Amino acid sequence: MGLRTLESILLGLLFITHLAFGVELTFELLDNAKDCFYEDIKINTSVTVEYQVVTGGAYDVDVTIENPRNEIIYRNTKSQFDSHTFIADYSGVFAVCFSNEFSTFSHKLVYMDFQVGDEQPLQGLGEHVSVMTQMESSAELIHKSLNSINDHQTHHRLRETQGRKRAEDLNERVFWWSLLETITILVVTVGQVFVLKNFFSEKRPAQYSRL
Amino acid sequence: MNFLGLCVVLASLSPSFALYFHIGETERKCFIEEIPADTTVVVNYKVEVYDPRSNGFMPSGSEIGMHVEVKDGDGKLILSRVYSHEGRISFTSQSPGEHVICLYSNTTKWIGGTQLRVHLDIQVGEHAIDYANVAQREKLTELQLRMRQLLDQVQQIAKEQNYQRFREEKFRDTSESTNRGVFWWSLSQLVILVTMGIWQMRHLKSFFEAKKLV
Repeated sequence: MGLRTLESILLGLLFITHLAFGVELTFELLDNAKDCFYEDIKINTSVTVEYQVVTGGAYDVDVTIENPRNEIIYRNTKSQFDSHTFIADYSGVFAVCFSNEFSTFSHKLVYMDFQVGDEQPLQGLGEHVSVMTQMESSAELIHKSLNSINDHQTHHRLRETQGRKRAEDLNERVFWWSLLETITILVVTVGQVFVLKNFFSEKRPAQYSRL
Repeated sequence: MNFLGLCVVLASLSPSFALYFHIGETERKCFIEEIPADTTVVVNYKVEVYDPRSNGFMPSGSEIGMHVEVKDGDGKLILSRVYSHEGRISFTSQSPGEHVICLYSNTTKWIGGTQLRVHLDIQVGEHAIDYANVAQREKLTELQLRMRQLLDQVQQIAKEQNYQRFREEKFRDTSESTNRGVFWWSLSQLVILVTMGIWQMRHLKSFFEAKKLV
């Protein structure tokens, strides 16, 4: 085996590991901030970007995807969640940007799933040499179904997190608001009486002495 | 075949990065992973520094390192170390919850500094397992390896569901607490309003009587 073959195999293998990649990130998006993530993508690769605002403000965010020529290929303003699949039309660096620039005080928690290319069941092992046996192909089938179970689980996990955080938020707000209202009622009722008393006591010598 | 084996090892040794982002030298970037207990997380990163001469990014060499901090769901620090410009951090969660992974450079500057490009890859659970490595170490056939992968996957799903149950319980507790709070508070507010009203009336009445206004 010559050096050339070795090199091509090496490159091929690196290419395989490079192709099969997906990363899931949950990050904090500060108020007035714009966070971008970049990835070098080969032409004709299928890319899926999925995102969801987990907490913060009105649960919305501006999302744009730019291709290597700085053309915007996807734009969604003030959206809570979405999934977008596209085929890379050029080779180069694609950018996914999350912007919270319209919000001046609420920071947000954003989940993002960035899948590039098809998922390789066994990474780093290279291509299968012979035809798959029935056993192997059903194993792969199970693997694929488990992957979709995982995806659904992630979806539910995020929804549950969203609901839970909202409930926690509600609990806290109800607590503070009720405390504030109780204090207000007490202050107002006591204040009323004293204002009324003052109202009668102050003018008494001048007005009511004649009575 | 020998060559191929070597290639497999080489390919698994050199992590390829998919995603990158930019941060300032003095900024920090945090990522949150909500994971069940006993789950392995592998973080791979590589830092490059902005080079004004070529208007591109260069490997930073030794001058810039990365401080990596991992906190578990209760805010307890489980990892805090300075690594070099390229690193691989792996930790296993002890308790379930939101694990926060923060990255920031070990720069001594207070403000300013250059742009840093951080290549990052975070893999959780069975995604963090390097099967090429497992196959080599335990000498498994491909079918055995596939079975191993399925097993890991199912285990991870079971862990996640278990954690889901735990969180659902917490969720319900919060909702019930809100419900209870609202109920008792409205009741106590009613009592407060009525007593305050009665007190106002009596107090004003005695006041007017004392002043001989009525």
